[in-house]
Amino acid sequence: MGKFGFALSPSSRINLDTLDNVKFAHLIEIEPDVLKCMACGSCTASCTAGKFVKTSMRSAILALQNGRNEEAISLLKSCLLCGKCTMVCPRAINTRHLIISILKVYQ
Amino acid sequence: MKNIVVIGGGPSGMEASAQLHKMGYNVILVEKSPALGGHLAKWDRLFPQGVHAGNILEGMISNINGVKYFLNANVQSINALGKSYNVILDNGITVLADAVLFATGFDLFKAEKKEEYGYGIYEHVITNADLENWFRTKNDQRIVENPKRIGFVHCVGSRDEKAGNRYCSKVCCATAVKQACEIKQEFPGAEVFCFYMDLRMFGRGYEDLYLSAQKEYGVRFIRGRVSEVAENINKELVVKAEDTLSGKPLKVTIDLLVLMSGMQNCSAGVKVAGQIGVAGMENDGFFETKDSIYSLQQALKPGVFFAGACTGPKTLPDSLHEARAAALAIHTYLQARDHQ
Repeated sequence: MGKFGFALSPSSRINLDTLDNVKFAHLIEIEPDVLKCMACGSCTASCTAGKFVKTSMRSAILALQNGRNEEAISLLKSCLLCGKCTMVCPRAINTRHLIISILKVYQ
Repeated sequence: MKNIVVIGGGPSGMEASAQLHKMGYNVILVEKSPALGGHLAKWDRLFPQGVHAGNILEGMISNINGVKYFLNANVQSINALGKSYNVILDNGITVLADAVLFATGFDLFKAEKKEEYGYGIYEHVITNADLENWFRTKNDQRIVENPKRIGFVHCVGSRDEKAGNRYCSKVCCATAVKQACEIKQEFPGAEVFCFYMDLRMFGRGYEDLYLSAQKEYGVRFIRGRVSEVAENINKELVVKAEDTLSGKPLKVTIDLLVLMSGMQNCSAGVKVAGQIGVAGMENDGFFETKDSIYSLQQALKPGVFFAGACTGPKTLPDSLHEARAAALAIHTYLQARDHQ
């Protein structure tokens, strides 16, 4: 069979019907403040690592809510735990602690 | 004694009437429906603290003690007569009014006009007003026994040029968040989603309401306008939107959808105002005030005043402030007129 360069690409749609949120429920138990995020983006804007590698606390929280766990981890893997995002978060989320908890629950 | 006709027996009309009556004016309050209270009478609880609407209404009604009011009455005709207005009601009453106050309020946007959301077509789509009615009466066939998932659609008929209303209706965000918490109290096991474009939590205590919806009630806020709703074979609703924060299309199947209908100027009030040339409205359909900062209670015509949502979407406290301001504006106007 010749290859024609066509392939089925997986749907990028977020399907909340098939979402398995057991892990997220566990995360909420140990980090209830994860629910307080209002997606302002201060964390991402101040991120030291984000200047070089796509790193975003805000996007990671959203990805977890949408069941995209691997994407969330990849958005945090370059984190240096410098804590700047914790300092700028207007909802006073301890993002540094949250990142460690996310890694514990999801890795 | 000077006569003042107040058109509309909702919160603004009642509050202004009570104040004017205390100031010694002869107030005639006209209400088209069989009861006082306007939309407040149909509401269960009020944001931000969940105060019972019924208690507030009771207080207002006892406060208008002594005001003459007519229920089931419409203004049949109104016309200027010198500095006064000749008001004829359809119950045969005629008043020569020194001032007329429009407290005609708002109509809720008719959600069926946004056909893509399926109100009146799909079984489990209701409006904010329907939900308030259910909170009060627990009687609505459209609300299933134990819904697993419930969605709220913000900005239905607001910020929508094609629906004819470009403006923000101001109160729906806070109402949606309040109702999301309340329905979560009713069905603690249900997942609740709010589909919003912006969350406009502008008032005192509103941001706290939002925070508690997130943290205490676990309401999921999805930034994106619902594009379409379809009913599946099990009569569940398939909701599609973009999750604009991740830039990806999103689908969720739910058991109940609540549409946050916005406000528009009351059509009955527009009809009456048109007779004295007050309907010279701004392009949003609300009545035109003398200016936009300083004289919000005055119409361009002398002797005609406004209070409440007939000059734009307002919260209940806003409307009450305007009612008191209107009473004072009328008093000032009549005093100045007499000294001329």
